[in-house]
Amino acid sequence: MDYATLLQILDSTMRLATPLLLACLAGLYSERSGIFDIGLEGKMLAAAMCTGAVAALTGNVWIGLLAGIAGSMVFAVIHGVASITFRGNQLISGVALNFVASGITVLAAQSLFKQGGRTPPLSGTARFNPIELPFAEALSGIPILGPFYREVLSGHGALVYVALLAVPVTWWVLYRTRFGLRLRAVGENPASVDTAGISVVRLRYTAVMITGLLCGIAGAYMAAGLQAGFGKEMTAGRGYIALAALIFAKWRPWYALMATLLFGFFQALALRPDVIKKSIGIDVPVPMLDALPYILTVVVLAGFIGRAIPPRAGGEPYVKER
Amino acid sequence: MTKLPRWADVVLVPLISLLLAGIISALVILAIGQSPSEALKVMVDGAVGSPYGWGYTLYYATSFIFTGLAVTVAFHASLFNIGGEGQAQLGGLGVALVCLALPWPHWTLALPAAMIGGALFGAAWAAIPAYLQAKRGSHIVITTIMFNYIAAALLIYILVEHLRPPSSMDPASARFGAGTDLPTLHEIPGLSLIFTKQVPANVTLFVALLACWLVWLLLWRTRLGYEIRAFGKSEPAALYAGIKPVRVTMIAMLISGALAGLMSINNVMGESGRLLQNSSEGAGFIGIAVALMGRNHPLGVFLAAILFGFLYQGGAELGLWTSIPIELRTVVQGLVILFTGALDHMVRMMLGLFFRPKARAA
Repeated sequence: MDYATLLQILDSTMRLATPLLLACLAGLYSERSGIFDIGLEGKMLAAAMCTGAVAALTGNVWIGLLAGIAGSMVFAVIHGVASITFRGNQLISGVALNFVASGITVLAAQSLFKQGGRTPPLSGTARFNPIELPFAEALSGIPILGPFYREVLSGHGALVYVALLAVPVTWWVLYRTRFGLRLRAVGENPASVDTAGISVVRLRYTAVMITGLLCGIAGAYMAAGLQAGFGKEMTAGRGYIALAALIFAKWRPWYALMATLLFGFFQALALRPDVIKKSIGIDVPVPMLDALPYILTVVVLAGFIGRAIPPRAGGEPYVKER
Repeated sequence: MTKLPRWADVVLVPLISLLLAGIISALVILAIGQSPSEALKVMVDGAVGSPYGWGYTLYYATSFIFTGLAVTVAFHASLFNIGGEGQAQLGGLGVALVCLALPWPHWTLALPAAMIGGALFGAAWAAIPAYLQAKRGSHIVITTIMFNYIAAALLIYILVEHLRPPSSMDPASARFGAGTDLPTLHEIPGLSLIFTKQVPANVTLFVALLACWLVWLLLWRTRLGYEIRAFGKSEPAALYAGIKPVRVTMIAMLISGALAGLMSINNVMGESGRLLQNSSEGAGFIGIAVALMGRNHPLGVFLAAILFGFLYQGGAELGLWTSIPIELRTVVQGLVILFTGALDHMVRMMLGLFFRPKARAA
C-alpha cells in the first residue's frame, strides 16, 4: 500500500470515526453516572432525521444541528424518566427506544417529504462543508507530515473537530472538575454521593442530557456531514459499535478516541477491499471486517485483553430509602 | 407503593401498558395526518377479518411464540437474552444445512431432523455468551448484542461464498427439495375447510404450541425449572441451596438459544423454502416484547404472540392499503416494550392509586 492510498484510508477513517467517537463519549457520560444506555443508536437516528428534515426545510445546517440535538434530547429525557424517576430496567428502556426511533423517524420523514421515508438530499449551506485548516497548502511540501496534515487532518466538516475537541474536554470535565468527580462517584456508589448531600437524581439527569446532546451532534453529522440527508436506519448499528468502543476503551475518554479511530479504520478498510488484498495478499471477506469491532469487543469483554470493569452502580436504579 | 392483587398484576398491568402504547400510537398516526380509527379498521380487516388474514397472523405468531419462549426461559434465570435474532439466524442456517444435506423423502422425516439442526445451531450461538457470562463475568446483554451483528456478518459470508448456487446472484441458498415442504393449514385435512386459500401458516404452529406446554412443564414441574427460577430470583439463595450458577446459566441460555433457533423451521423451512439473508426479519427482537407482554408465562407468551402476529400482519396491510408506512409496527413494538418492560413501575403506581382504599379496608 503506497502512502497516497494510506492517506485516503486515514482520511475516511477520520470521517467514519467521528459519529462513533461522539456517540462513544455520549455513552461515557451516561454510563459513568450509573445509567446504562443501549439507546445511543436510537438517539443518533432521531437526531439524523431531525437534522435532515430541518436542514432541508431551512437550508441552514446549524438550525438543523439544533433540531437534531433537540430530537436526541427528547429520547434522552424519556430514557431518564424511565430509568431514573420510575426506576425501570435501563437495558429494556434502551432497547425499546431504539425500536421507537427506528420506526418513528421513517414515519416522520415520510409524512413530511413523501420520498419513501427519506429526507430530500442536502447541498450547499444545508451541509457541513469542509474546513481548510490554516497553512494546509503551505505545509504540504514537508515530506510525510505535510500531506498527512493536508489530506487527513484538514478539510473535514466542523463537527469532526468538535468531536476531537470533545475528548480533552471530557477528560478535563471528568477528572479535573467537581462535577466530574461527583459523576464518577455516582456511578460507583450513589449512596455515598447522596450522603454527602448531593442529589443523585439531578446528577444522573444531567449526565443523561449530556448523552442526548452528544448523540444529537453525532446524528447531525451522520445526516449532514457524512451523508447528505436522512435515510431509513442510516446509523446502521453505529450506536452499538460506539457501545462496543466504550467497553473497549474501559469507559475512559482518551481510550475512547483510540478505540473509535480503530473501529473507524476497520470501516474505512471495509470500503476498500482491493487495498487489503493488494497489501497483505489475502482476500479478507468484507463481512469479516464488518464483524471485527464486535469480535474484538467480545474478546475484551471476555477479559483476554485486560479487563473491562463497568461502573459498579451501572444499571442499578437508586432507591433513596424504603 | 401499594401491592397489587395478583390478578391485577397479571392481567391489568399488561393490558394498561398495551392501552398506553395504543394511545400513543394513535397520537402518532394523528400527528402524521392519518386517521387512527381507519388504521385500526384496516388492521383488523386484514389480520383477523378473514381466514386468509388469520393464516398470516398465525404464521407470524408461530415465530413469535418461539422467540418469546426463548426470552422467557432466559428471563426466569434473570438473564436478558437480546441475542434471539442472531440465534434465530444461526438456527436458520442449521435448518438449511439439514434440508440441503439429503434428498428428504417426506416432511415427517425432514421436520424432526431440521428441528434438531435449528435448535443445535441456535443453542451453539447462545453458548458462547452464556459461557462468558457464567465463567468470565462479561455482561450477557452486551455479548448477545455483539453476537447478533457477528451472526449477520457470518450469514452474509456463508450465503455469498458457500451456499449460493453458482448461477444465482442474490445472497440466498438453493431451494430445498420437495420432500421438505411443510403442509400449510390449507393443506391439512379438516383445517382446509376453513383455510380455503393457500396461507403461510403451517404445521410448525402445532410444534410451537407443544413448545409452550413443554416450557411450562420445564419451568414449573421439573427440578431444573425450579433451579432456573430460584437462581433468577436470588443468586445467593440459589447458591446456598446448592444450585450451581454456571450450570444453570449455561442450561438456561442453551434452551433459550435452541428455542430461538427452532423458529427457523417456520420461516426458512415452512415459508421461504430456502435460506435468505436476514431470514428472521426481527422476530428475535419481537420475542422481547412478547415475553414482557406475556409476563414470562407460556400462556401469556402465546396470547402476546397472537397479538403481535396481528400487529405484524395488520401493519403490513397498512403499508399496502393506506399511506401509513409499515414502520408503524416497529413504533408500536418499541412502545409495548417501553411500557411493559421499563415503565412497569409507573403503571403499577398508577394502578396502586385505585387499589389503595381497598387494601386499607381489608
